Amino acid sequence: MKQATRWFSKNLIRIYAGLGFTYLFIPVLYTFAFSFNDYRKSNLAWRGFTLNNWKNPCGAPDICNALGNSLKIGLIATTIATILGTLIALALGRYAFKGRTFVNLLIFLPMATPELVLGASLLTMFLNFGFNPGFLTIVIAHVMFCISFVVVTVKARIASLDPRLEQAAMDLYADERETFRRVTLPLLAPGIAGAALLAFSLSFDDFIITNFNSGNVNTFPKFVYISAERGLPAQANVIGSSMFFIALIIVLLGQVVQRKRKVS
Amino acid sequence: MVDASTSAHGDLKLSHLTKSFGDFKAVDDLSLTIPEGSFFALLGPSGCGKTTTLRMIAGLEEPTSGTMHVGNTDITDMRPYRRPVNTVFQNYALFPHLSIFENVAFGLRRRGIKDVKAQVDKVLELVELPHLAERKPTQLSGGQQQRIAVARAIVNRPALLLLDEPLGALDLKLRRQMQIELKWIQTEIGLTFVHVTHDQEEAMTMADTIAVMNEGRIEQMGSPADLYDNPKTAFVANFLGQSNLIKGAIESNGADSLLVNLFGQKVALPRSRSAAKDSSILVGIRPEKFRIQPEGKEMSGNILTGGVISDVSYIGVSTQYQVEMPWGQELIVFEQNDDGVPPLDKGDKVKLSWEPIFTFGLDGSQDANAGSKLIADEEE
Amino acid sequence: MAFLHATAKHGSSETKKRSWLPYLLLLPGLVWLFFFFLLPILTLVSTSTKTPGFGIGEFDQTYRFANYWDAIVNSRAQFLRSFEYAGIATVLALAIAYPLAYAIAFKSGRWKNVLLVLVVAPFFTSFILRTIAWKQILGSSGFVNRALIDLHIIGPQTHLTASAFAVVMGLTYNFLPFMTLPLYSSLERIDPRTIEASGDLYANAITTFRKVTLPLSAPGVVAGTLLTFIPAAGDFVNAEILGNPNTKMIGNVINARYLQIVDYPTAAALSFTLMFVILIMVTLYIRKAGTEELV
Repeated sequence: MKQATRWFSKNLIRIYAGLGFTYLFIPVLYTFAFSFNDYRKSNLAWRGFTLNNWKNPCGAPDICNALGNSLKIGLIATTIATILGTLIALALGRYAFKGRTFVNLLIFLPMATPELVLGASLLTMFLNFGFNPGFLTIVIAHVMFCISFVVVTVKARIASLDPRLEQAAMDLYADERETFRRVTLPLLAPGIAGAALLAFSLSFDDFIITNFNSGNVNTFPKFVYISAERGLPAQANVIGSSMFFIALIIVLLGQVVQRKRKVS
Repeated sequence: MVDASTSAHGDLKLSHLTKSFGDFKAVDDLSLTIPEGSFFALLGPSGCGKTTTLRMIAGLEEPTSGTMHVGNTDITDMRPYRRPVNTVFQNYALFPHLSIFENVAFGLRRRGIKDVKAQVDKVLELVELPHLAERKPTQLSGGQQQRIAVARAIVNRPALLLLDEPLGALDLKLRRQMQIELKWIQTEIGLTFVHVTHDQEEAMTMADTIAVMNEGRIEQMGSPADLYDNPKTAFVANFLGQSNLIKGAIESNGADSLLVNLFGQKVALPRSRSAAKDSSILVGIRPEKFRIQPEGKEMSGNILTGGVISDVSYIGVSTQYQVEMPWGQELIVFEQNDDGVPPLDKGDKVKLSWEPIFTFGLDGSQDANAGSKLIADEEE
Repeated sequence: MAFLHATAKHGSSETKKRSWLPYLLLLPGLVWLFFFFLLPILTLVSTSTKTPGFGIGEFDQTYRFANYWDAIVNSRAQFLRSFEYAGIATVLALAIAYPLAYAIAFKSGRWKNVLLVLVVAPFFTSFILRTIAWKQILGSSGFVNRALIDLHIIGPQTHLTASAFAVVMGLTYNFLPFMTLPLYSSLERIDPRTIEASGDLYANAITTFRKVTLPLSAPGVVAGTLLTFIPAAGDFVNAEILGNPNTKMIGNVINARYLQIVDYPTAAALSFTLMFVILIMVTLYIRKAGTEELV
């Protein structure tokens, strides 16, 4: 008995963490399980196991169009936000200049503003200028709210970079451009990749800002939100689960590659 | 344009070099010539300006005023990558994303040299690590990383090799070994080495010439033996090895020697070894120059009586005594354990003697403890 | 040592010679933020004092500041509820995430990276999809509800969804990773030896946590609570999916005013008020916590 108590108190934090993970994963598992449901109109009650939804993920009307839009928007917005954000992070992390406080504030503000306000204010402006919301306005909005997250992520990586590495490159006859290309950029690459992944996941999963600025263009979260009112097709579960597994595989592969590089 | 990174050669001349950070002068009007081919050490406590000096030579810090020349080439305003100078950084700064081979080849490739293999192999041979060429820096031990950092710099055959506390991260035994190895490499390839360190033993082991720096200025410059035997300031006397500095007054001024009154006892020292400006003097004796005997025994040379042993530490080859003198000062004495006589005990009454020619004299107006506390603070 | 000190404080010679370069790097990103963040916020402010014109969706600038008063008075309950729910969700998320982050940082050994990935992984199953999943799990036919009824913990007719409980639980759930990640990154930076040292100096586990671990992880706590509280206070999806008409938050009001009622001035006034209140709270909070590490 005493031993059991000791084991319990020693592993309390692990047990607690296990419960935390359970909480995180219950809806994910539920979504995955119900992707195999032989649903009729709504995917609420279990009607039996089927692989049909997985064989035909585009079976629900407009779902793959919405998914395609989300992927396209995600890729474009991620590319732009990663480039712009990395440039800002480089300026903040590597140079002394006037107006630094202002720049820091301008980066911080979008993160401290509720998404709802970001979406609403953008829509207000677009309407004021007679600009119809659509694909382009979604991309604009996504880049806007992703930039700050990219800056913060890349800046942290720059801060952890030993300035002596760049000095060593300069000492070894690399001019500013070569130093950046051969030393700074390769060393920042994992941080930039992490920032891009974060930006993509924020963009892909965004509903609130998109909902304001999308006009008639459908995205995957928007599709889920709207069709939930009249019964969500199990194909949505298929796509949600697939994204989960694809992301997991990409990140884990990245880990393996990094570990291998360290070893060999 | 002429590429100074390969063509410039000759002595390094620093003239009136100054670096200020706001009101603080890190380097204060430093002028110095480092002869081509020498192993030169800049020695001093942290914050003395030695690292700033090195960074200015490397081009990583801009001097506030003054000039730097290698031979006849002015390098003062040259970008770091145009200078005929390479650096071995404090924590080596090996590129973690490149293999050892590519780390060493980095400088050659940037200078547009196509066939780097022969040169890289040769220098890896020189540092005895050719088998590690394909490894990554993180897979190497501290000592191996250190050698690769040296190899990466010397493969470029710079006019000057700068070493910034290169052995600071190594343990004591490895440090000793690397000191000998670095000295050997320097002799082998004949480059000018400028070595920054706070470790006086390291500087003395390797360098032909040492410049002791303090508060942005050079206190004294010379060969290791010269600095040790003839320190010109209390700072140098205390920072380089240990010294007993006793305050005294010059009583008579002979042709060859001075007679000094040390709290009522008279001692002699060679006139040529005194740097005193007036009658106030600090008399210096290195701890190992003392002989120690129980009170009452006969002794020759300079003699100080009335000491009481306050502490004894037996260190194998020698015994260290702390002797409290009648005027309250504690003197340090190192006695070789080579005479079969058992060490003296705490509380024993003793007298100290030494040969007058081992005595040096310093200007009496300075703080006798300058530089002595810094050594202990240095290790982080 | 002196080496690093010099670089950090005074910059390298690089800084002086190319003073235009940082501005060039900043330019494209800042232009984007100016046109698509600052300018919209200004438009929002200007819209907030307009009054309806002739057609639907047409408004004239009349500088009617009373819009704010009307909007706040009418939506007082939702405003207060938003901050209440967001506050409770933040505290709950902190309570769940702290041990989680602590376990990952100090107790996970070589599984560290995998566990870290697992914290973020649920993100990729759409946020809306997971919230709907909760609705169905907690719903009257869901297994949690039935189990609780069978165990006589709740009455036979009660259900967990369409309640304040479900909304707060949904908010806590959705922003948990935003709490966990900053906590983890500040905990991970703590040298485990400082915790051992504290134990060595006669502090028990609780004292060690209070005097060493918690203060050292303070930046993570600040960042995590902000990243949870801010989006939670402006959220309307959880209240929409998991709540009932009596659990509407300010987000629901703003959303409806914009997209259903087409009352832009009121929606703008409410949006700006929300942003303003949150910014003041954030500023006070950061001041009090004495950290600027978030930026």
